[in-house]
Amino acid sequence: MAKRIDVKDLNIFYGKFHAVDRVTLAVPPRSVTAFIGPSGCGKSTVLRSLNRMHEVTPGARVEGKVLLDGEDIYATTVDPVEVRRTIGMVFQRPNPFPTMSIRDNVVAGLRLGGMRNRKQLDEVAERSLRGANLWAEVSDRLDKPGGSLSGGQQQRLCIARAIAVQPDVLLMDEPCSALDPISTLAIEDLIGELKKDFTIVIVTHNMQQAARVSDQTAFFNLAGVGQPGRLVEIDDTEKIFSNPGQQATEDYISGRFG
Amino acid sequence: MTTTASTLDRPATPPAFQAVGGARKFKNILATVLVTLAFLIALVPLVWLLVTVIARGFEAVITADWWTHSLKGVLPKEFAGGAYHAIIGTLLQTVVCAVIAVPVGILAAIYLVEYGRGRLARTTTFMVDILSGVPSIVAALFIYALLLSTFQMGQSAFAVSMALVLLMLPVVVRSTEEMLRLVPQELREASYALGVPKWKTIVRIVLPTALSGVVTGVMLAMARVMGETAPVLVLVGYSKSINFNIFDGNMTSLPLLIYSELNNPNPAGQLRVWGAALTLIILIMLFNLVAALVSRFSAIKTK
Ligand SMILES: Nc1ncnc2c1ncn2[C@@H]1O[C@H](COP(=O)(O)OP(=O)(O)OP(=O)(O)O)[C@@H](O)[C@H]1O
Ligand SMILES: [Mg+2]
Repeated sequence: MAKRIDVKDLNIFYGKFHAVDRVTLAVPPRSVTAFIGPSGCGKSTVLRSLNRMHEVTPGARVEGKVLLDGEDIYATTVDPVEVRRTIGMVFQRPNPFPTMSIRDNVVAGLRLGGMRNRKQLDEVAERSLRGANLWAEVSDRLDKPGGSLSGGQQQRLCIARAIAVQPDVLLMDEPCSALDPISTLAIEDLIGELKKDFTIVIVTHNMQQAARVSDQTAFFNLAGVGQPGRLVEIDDTEKIFSNPGQQATEDYISGRFG
Repeated sequence: MTTTASTLDRPATPPAFQAVGGARKFKNILATVLVTLAFLIALVPLVWLLVTVIARGFEAVITADWWTHSLKGVLPKEFAGGAYHAIIGTLLQTVVCAVIAVPVGILAAIYLVEYGRGRLARTTTFMVDILSGVPSIVAALFIYALLLSTFQMGQSAFAVSMALVLLMLPVVVRSTEEMLRLVPQELREASYALGVPKWKTIVRIVLPTALSGVVTGVMLAMARVMGETAPVLVLVGYSKSINFNIFDGNMTSLPLLIYSELNNPNPAGQLRVWGAALTLIILIMLFNLVAALVSRFSAIKTK
């Protein structure tokens, strides 16, 4: 059940530091939105505030609204744990749970959520691993520790883990930055598949990747050193890469940045 | 212009890499010798101590009676009886201490690492630091003042255990804290991202990841307090017979046995002193061994 996200006038802070200034954007369901922009402009920060992961950092807070199908996830009545169950996340560096086997890693979210039925868990594990294009590689060693896989396999394991809890939205923070071109391609294909069921937001430094996988692209930039990052523009990916509305976007995309 | 073969053979530029120079070779050898020497010097007292204790206590601990009998009814000059009552005492006092100190210490460490912010956490850390610097005799005196003087309890093994808790607690808090801080923040976030609540993340992800280190720390802390002597001198009386009641009566532990037999000038007394010392070392070694095994089995596997 993919859902849409609407961000309205979102200001994000780390303590006193104003990291991101007034972001407004909309992510339609069953689409891929790419965040691009120079390092430190706040892409990860915005992404992490979409599932309330931002507030895990001590002193961090946000102002403004993030609506998931019209419901404000920052409303005082909303439980952040529920939000994160609905909006999953894949991190830049693969982080499988080191104490768990491959199978247990995949179903960790369900098991910690209280599901006990062994047969059901095994089914979910297989379905998620197939969904993450990893089943063929690991089906014969599901009981080996998650840390015994290669980096690219670990990242796909983390994707399997994230989709096993069947979130509505999947956030990915530079999921391919530590991977070789073949694993990258595997994950890009996977994103194309996942798009059918999930709403996806992906941060990437790789322009070709953004162009290849995303339907719309958001370009973030810094107004200057020490200034908060801001959203320069968001538009259809084709338009951003062929005929962007802002000069700054064109400069960045064509490599004339800074 | 004529070029001879020899000029052609010579490289145009001097080679980039040369053999290790004489000065550096000398320094290297000197450093190696010094480091090895320091190691040997550090080793000498250790080996000497072990050899002395083993040589003098060996005869006592190889008898079966030593591990199965107390000194009840044994005369000071008699080569008879054993240290069973003292071994029981040491284990009981240590285990009771651990039962209290380990959960409290681990929970305190969890608070400090996972929840602690601001003044309360800083105060706790500060108190733990102070507590870890308190000499054992002072801890014993405090318990004496609290339990024996204020609350009118008699001398008991329980009072000893409470003093040991004061000594063990900061060690457990510190080592657990360090182990929990080693768990990468990314693992916690990965768990949160699956919609797992914080407490469950701590119990099911963070603690298992840190388990082997935490267990090692606890075992070493237990080994450490086992040999503490000041509390048993102040808080419990000496007895020649077995006592399983920690709340009542005298209970001998190995340090107390050593201390009391030191006043026995007979050769039998001397043998008991060294026998008890060797037993204490054996017990502590066993604890370290268990710690190593447990940490090996609960260590994170990558293969
Ligand atoms: N935990 C934190 N505490 C304080 N400031 C932070 C923290 N994390 C990020 N920041 C600051 O917030 C700003 C945005 O950081 P963010 O990580 O969102 O950038 P980014 O666009 O993801 O960069 P990159 O492309 O390098 O990942 C930066 O100025 C950064 O220094
Ligand atoms: Mg980032």
